[in-house]
Amino acid sequence: MILIRLAVLSLRNRWFTVLLTVFAVALSVALFLGVEKVRNGARASFADTISGTDLIVGARTGGIQLLLYSVFRIGNATNNISWQSYQQLARRDEVGWIVPLSLGESHRGFRVMGTSPDYFRHYKFRGGRSLSFASGRPFSDLFDAILGADAAAGLGYKMGDPLVVSHGLGEISHADHRDKPFRVAGILAKTGTPVDRTVLVSLEAIEAIHLDWKDGARVPGMKISADAVRRMTLTPKAVTAAMIGLKSKLQTFRLQRFVNEYEDEALLAILPGVALQELWDIVATAEQALIVVSAMVVLAALLGLTTMMLSTLNERRREMAVLRSVGAGPRTIVGLLMTEAGLLSLCGVLLGVTLLYAGLFLARPLADEMFGLYLPISFLSQRELLILLAVVGSGTGVCLLPAWRAYRMSLADGMTVRS
Amino acid sequence: MSVSAKPGAAALCIERVEFRWPGKHRFQLSIESFDVKQDERVLILGPSGAGKSTLLSLICGIATPQAGAITVLGQNLAAMSPAGRDRFRAEHIGVIFQMFNLLPYASALDNVLVPLSFAPLRRRRVNANCPEKEEAARLLVALGLDERQISTGRAAELSVGQQQRVAAARALVGAPELIVADEPTSALDTATQDAFLELLFGQAKEARTALLMVSHDERLSGHFDRTAQLSDIATVRRGEHP
Repeated sequence: MILIRLAVLSLRNRWFTVLLTVFAVALSVALFLGVEKVRNGARASFADTISGTDLIVGARTGGIQLLLYSVFRIGNATNNISWQSYQQLARRDEVGWIVPLSLGESHRGFRVMGTSPDYFRHYKFRGGRSLSFASGRPFSDLFDAILGADAAAGLGYKMGDPLVVSHGLGEISHADHRDKPFRVAGILAKTGTPVDRTVLVSLEAIEAIHLDWKDGARVPGMKISADAVRRMTLTPKAVTAAMIGLKSKLQTFRLQRFVNEYEDEALLAILPGVALQELWDIVATAEQALIVVSAMVVLAALLGLTTMMLSTLNERRREMAVLRSVGAGPRTIVGLLMTEAGLLSLCGVLLGVTLLYAGLFLARPLADEMFGLYLPISFLSQRELLILLAVVGSGTGVCLLPAWRAYRMSLADGMTVRS
Repeated sequence: MSVSAKPGAAALCIERVEFRWPGKHRFQLSIESFDVKQDERVLILGPSGAGKSTLLSLICGIATPQAGAITVLGQNLAAMSPAGRDRFRAEHIGVIFQMFNLLPYASALDNVLVPLSFAPLRRRRVNANCPEKEEAARLLVALGLDERQISTGRAAELSVGQQQRVAAARALVGAPELIVADEPTSALDTATQDAFLELLFGQAKEARTALLMVSHDERLSGHFDRTAQLSDIATVRRGEHP
């Protein structure tokens, strides 16, 4: 096809401007698709974090807040559930299983969560997968700690290493539970969820390290040794939240109503999926803003393409006259310009996709480490392919303007350039 | 509408043509009658601004007269659609300009082959004898180009004289019935001019192609079968600008 051959030759002749234009289109496409990928990745990553849990119960607060601190370890609980209420919930007929969560401690920036051994059995992620141990096993001693994969890697801990839990959530804490050190008894396999960045200990251990504490501070003069604690029967006073699996999903709303109307204490029960949806509804506005901005960047790049085509028209009048003289019609001239625009957009899109995947490949470990965001590197979705097609289409489309001008010029000039 | 030439018809026949450029141009050209026979070589002499380029545009079907008939190879151009005229030009007319004849970014060979893309019949005619690339290369060599310059490098890197030879090869490829040339030698020095014309004429004769050239240079007339003054053929009127 002569048009494509001529277009390629002509573009190669102006390779520097062409390269810059292609690069601008490519960057904009990579940005646009990147926003899409991160957005979908974030959604998938959040949605994959919890599955199989029917209700999450915590002290009365916002549903999203409860979801965020109980599942994603984002933010803090404002209040706890008393052990009595927890027990009462656990005894309900509807409840198939219940796992307590106790938050508020940390170890060198990683959150420490107290829970029961049932957590390893019932916590499910990414469509029903269970936690698995890379080494070690669930709590056997009171002061056993199980590390998430990233926590173990980040801290450089091996099995059997000691660790001291700090009160509160800061990276540097002044209130360490130094008298009762833990021991690494297990390291979990990577999950791509916040569990990776969590240190798990038993609920009893959380109680144990606080025996000689009151209201968040050490009680002066009171000292109970670790060995003494091991011999005691430890009953927690409170937990932060509880994950519940029901015998039958049909009872979900009945139990939810029971919790929400619980009289002795202000409690809240949420369905994780529903709370997540509420979260998306809030985030959607920001997402849309991001999409609009990145779409604008694509538009700007395409306008750059048009400008480039327009600015070269005058110096290409001679070329068009030559083409006319050998029998090309004005429509062929239009076709030539449109072909050039189409080729440029196509190259821009292809380069953009390459940049995107290169960027994803490089950014993936970073996003995982910094935000706990697991970005899957998947092939382009149908929607993304359609977007790319639209970019090539509009890239060719916006060049209708220069093409139309070229048509007019070519009609007026004929075989000789008149100016 | 037919894009084929009528056998035995004159290469060119102009009758009672009146032409004015559309728009603000007040330039007007009238030609009572002018003919070019089959494989005749005609030189039209006239100073610049005398309407030479307009005449060529009319013959090539880029411009259409407001009155009269321009018949090329027995086909009336005015009866064709604009696209039909473009196709007709591609099939039957080779054009050579004073300079800037070539697509600067393409090789000499590509430049010679470009018209064939717009003229399927002409392409078939070429390929009937030998592959079009070989024919194009043959013409380029016959017109004095180095083999090395044919397919490597861009046309813009050739000297002006070499570019004109490429333009001549492009006009000749596929043996169109008529070649129209607009001062093709004026950018060349005298020695090169003669060599260029000799080569062009040699190839044109071989292909039995009629040649119509416009120039201001009377010295060229010795090469042609017939020389005419543009002022004898055409009347040019310029409206006074108010």
